[in-house]
Amino acid sequence: MTDVSNDTFSLAGREYRSRLLVGTGKYKDMDETRAAIEASGAEIVTIAVRRTNIGQNKGEPNILDVLPPDRFTILPNTAGCYDQKTAVRTCKLARELLDGHTLVKLEVLGDEKTLFPDVIQTLAAAEELVKDGFDVMVYTNDDPIVAKRLEEIGCIAVMPLAAPIGSGLGIRNKLNIMTIVENAKVPILVDAGVGTASDAAVAMELGCDGVLMNTAIAAARDPVLMASAMRKAIEAGREAFLAGRMPAKRFASASSPLDGLFF
Amino acid sequence: MKIQVNGQDQKLKDEATLADLVEAMGLQGKRIAIEVNEELVPRGEFDHHALREADRIEIVQAIGGG
Repeated sequence: MTDVSNDTFSLAGREYRSRLLVGTGKYKDMDETRAAIEASGAEIVTIAVRRTNIGQNKGEPNILDVLPPDRFTILPNTAGCYDQKTAVRTCKLARELLDGHTLVKLEVLGDEKTLFPDVIQTLAAAEELVKDGFDVMVYTNDDPIVAKRLEEIGCIAVMPLAAPIGSGLGIRNKLNIMTIVENAKVPILVDAGVGTASDAAVAMELGCDGVLMNTAIAAARDPVLMASAMRKAIEAGREAFLAGRMPAKRFASASSPLDGLFF
Repeated sequence: MKIQVNGQDQKLKDEATLADLVEAMGLQGKRIAIEVNEELVPRGEFDHHALREADRIEIVQAIGGG
């Protein structure tokens, strides 16, 4: 059997065992956030950057106390940014907040209804951030050409969406995700749109290096149990990918031998 | 002088530094990052960064997000 005990993937010079990356938004409270992240087994967690004392309850613990940066790799995002300039400003603030930490998740959105990426602004922001020394993991469309371009710019990981952010629709275009994976020399992670465990497993079976999700866990009736389900789905999907699935056939192929029939 | 902090008007003594503002807001030692007029000011420069009338200041922190 293939040994999967050392099956890791690498980002900015660090090896990760868990291929499930999780967001920290939309939870009921910090206790639920902590419990869900624990159950997910995630080593990389995303955070957002917002004005102090706006959008958080006074007296509530800081997310970085709940998820200490010495235990988790903190991945600050640029969620809510609709242009290159605000995305770059957000990354610089995040780097300062995290004492020079250069890993960021770049997302530059196009409109509020779809939250699809503005690819033109994303490319421009990625270029500026890479030049400034950031390790950029970039959210983008499921477009193989753009994914390749982002890799060429120097992004350390490309993260195509499965479906619109927070939609839970699952992977809408498996063939494009497969093409992006086949073309890539950097890790490809599905980011956004996963709804349930089978969606995560499909992403891994397609050969993705990991999956980043938030709402699929946080909006489940029992987020902690869903976090556990996602952990297993990611592991199952990864093992299925490494195992190499049987070819699909249109018609049946008997599992019991036909030789030795007594009638 | 009058400045704007996180979108809200605020009065501060003249010749105040960024460190004075951080102290006035009770944010010393907190994990924050600050921009003045859309330019990042590193933590190490708070002490000698003099604020000016009508400066627009953003004080941010990490929160939960996806």
